[in-house]
Amino acid sequence: MSKKNEKIIIPLIAVGLGILVGMIILLLSGKDIATLFAGLVKGLTGYDMLKAGSAVNLRYPGEFLVSTMPIILTGLSISFAYRTGMFNIGCEGQVIMGSLVSCMVAILVPMPNFIAVVVCIIVGGIAGALWAFIPGLLKSKFNISEVVTGIMLNYTALYGANYFLRALPGSSAQRTVNIPENAMLGSELFKQITNNSRFHWGFIIVIIAVVLFWFIIEKTSFGYSLRATGFNKEGARYAGIKVNKSIILSIMISGFLAGIAGAIVVQGTFGYGRVMVAMDNYGFDGIAVALVGGCTALGVTFAGMLFGLLKVTQPLLQTFGVPKEIGEIISSSIVFFVALQYAIQYYLLKFTSGKKKKKQELQPQGGDVK
Amino acid sequence: MSLIISMFPSVLMIAAPIIICALGGLFSERSGIVNIALEGIMMVGGFAGATVCVLLETNPALGPYAGWIGLVAGLVAGALYSILLAVSTINFKADHTIAGTALNLLAGGITIYLCQIIFNQQRTQSFAKGISKVKAVPILSDIPILGDMMFKNIYPTIFLAVILVFIVYFVVFKTPFGLRLRSCGENPQASASMGINVYKMRYAGVILSGCLGGLAGAVMVLTSGVQYTIASIHGVGFISIAALIFGKWNPFGVLGAAIFFGFSSALGVYASMIPILNKLPSEFFACIPYVFTIIALIVFSGKTVGPKAAGEIYDSGKR
Repeated sequence: MSKKNEKIIIPLIAVGLGILVGMIILLLSGKDIATLFAGLVKGLTGYDMLKAGSAVNLRYPGEFLVSTMPIILTGLSISFAYRTGMFNIGCEGQVIMGSLVSCMVAILVPMPNFIAVVVCIIVGGIAGALWAFIPGLLKSKFNISEVVTGIMLNYTALYGANYFLRALPGSSAQRTVNIPENAMLGSELFKQITNNSRFHWGFIIVIIAVVLFWFIIEKTSFGYSLRATGFNKEGARYAGIKVNKSIILSIMISGFLAGIAGAIVVQGTFGYGRVMVAMDNYGFDGIAVALVGGCTALGVTFAGMLFGLLKVTQPLLQTFGVPKEIGEIISSSIVFFVALQYAIQYYLLKFTSGKKKKKQELQPQGGDVK
Repeated sequence: MSLIISMFPSVLMIAAPIIICALGGLFSERSGIVNIALEGIMMVGGFAGATVCVLLETNPALGPYAGWIGLVAGLVAGALYSILLAVSTINFKADHTIAGTALNLLAGGITIYLCQIIFNQQRTQSFAKGISKVKAVPILSDIPILGDMMFKNIYPTIFLAVILVFIVYFVVFKTPFGLRLRSCGENPQASASMGINVYKMRYAGVILSGCLGGLAGAVMVLTSGVQYTIASIHGVGFISIAALIFGKWNPFGVLGAAIFFGFSSALGVYASMIPILNKLPSEFFACIPYVFTIIALIVFSGKTVGPKAAGEIYDSGKR
């Protein structure tokens, strides 16, 4: 089996195993497996399998895309840092900071129509980038793990943002006032087409982000130097790449993408800032999306859709009488199985080499992991 | 001053689970496995503790001990859940952070799923008592000031936590097992060359951390809550990791750090009664543990304080 095939097959096996775990848990708790698939189909297409002959409700595909957008962006965010050899677990905090600043600017600064939307998204991105600068700086200057700093900054962002959101004029204990109409990404047209879903213009931003990600990582010398740093830091340094600069820039771009995700959640999905008791896991979903998508632009897009679908199916499953947490169980098991990729690779190799001994193409086992 | 004295029991109530959970993290990190999953392990422990407590409370024979049996249930559940982390990181060479993150997410899903199956709602039913406070510890509560601070109207779990600090210190630093465990976290290849079974030691480290993490979750839910919900643990597992770092991977350091963090959390509630501090928002106090940990990391950087091989995947052939 070639390396390239493996990159596609292992995540697919992980997805299959994750769904299998979900099915087994449903069976053990005495629920009907068919509801899981009925939920997934309804979430994706709006057609209800369990009620024969019912009309397709376009609201569901609309909401499916709404839940997909931010996690594709956070998936790209995690991937960008991962390609430079960093695990940006602080993505969650960067999303929160993006949401906060986008919301603050939208409410406090009066702006003309089109400019308001763009400015709010960009300041959201910048806020995310600046929040990501902290772990980047500590990593490059003091060699402190970005994982630990990231986790600490997630909670700092959560509590800090709550304070500022509550301090905005007109805020209640749970939310801010609605942001002005001209900073919103929503549109009447989409509302009419998709039967009042919250589908919004954010998808254009997501498409731009996916294309730019692919272009920067695969096609520019900057992207090459980032990937080189990720492959072998010392080798890259020897080749004349400024490793410290790569690290800081890469995690800041990662933070920028996360910040934009936060901004479109405010400007598209909700339309106001939320004071949060707990994190809403856009950043952690991004980790799942990036790992399943193999940290490539196309892979992340598909993986984002998969996890978006699992997310949007949850309330549907609850209406079918299945606890909605089955969605979380499936998505987190998928991440767990992706983490087990060496085991999957090992058994895959054993399986295929046992079957066709001639085509054996043994790869070194174990050894370097990062 | 009297305010600080009256604040102390709640400081200790908040600190107890942080201490216990951080001691769990200490076992795992000293053996070389970074345990980000502590948050999830605490959730599982808290859920198990609350569920067992609710179900046994009405039982005439076991009812009075329901809270304590809940603690044991939390410990066992945490240990079982940590086996997933052990198998994935030790046998299957999974990245510690990724496997840990997956288990944190899974814990949220699986505990609430089980709540829906068992109780038909997204939380457990509320228990009547949980673990009750000790009114006054005999003799010790008569000590002036200190008696009021630490031995009156207090949850007995803090004594459990402090006893565990001494036990863990003894086990990790004074026994052959502890020496072997630590050596696996510093240089597993060298330990293996001395005939230590690195896999076994790391299994021990992770499962012990699961025991203590699960116990900590049950302690937290049964003392400071009335039921288990998705927000019951709200980041205390991560605060414990912070306490572990802030306490320099040492049990007594952990004790100090956890009490300090407990103090800052309690201040969030009590600050409104204290002049000067009442100008600060409560979120400020919630941020303190995290900000201080980052500062501590900067101060420690360049010195070797943590286990050297923690987070590295063990490869027996590496030179």
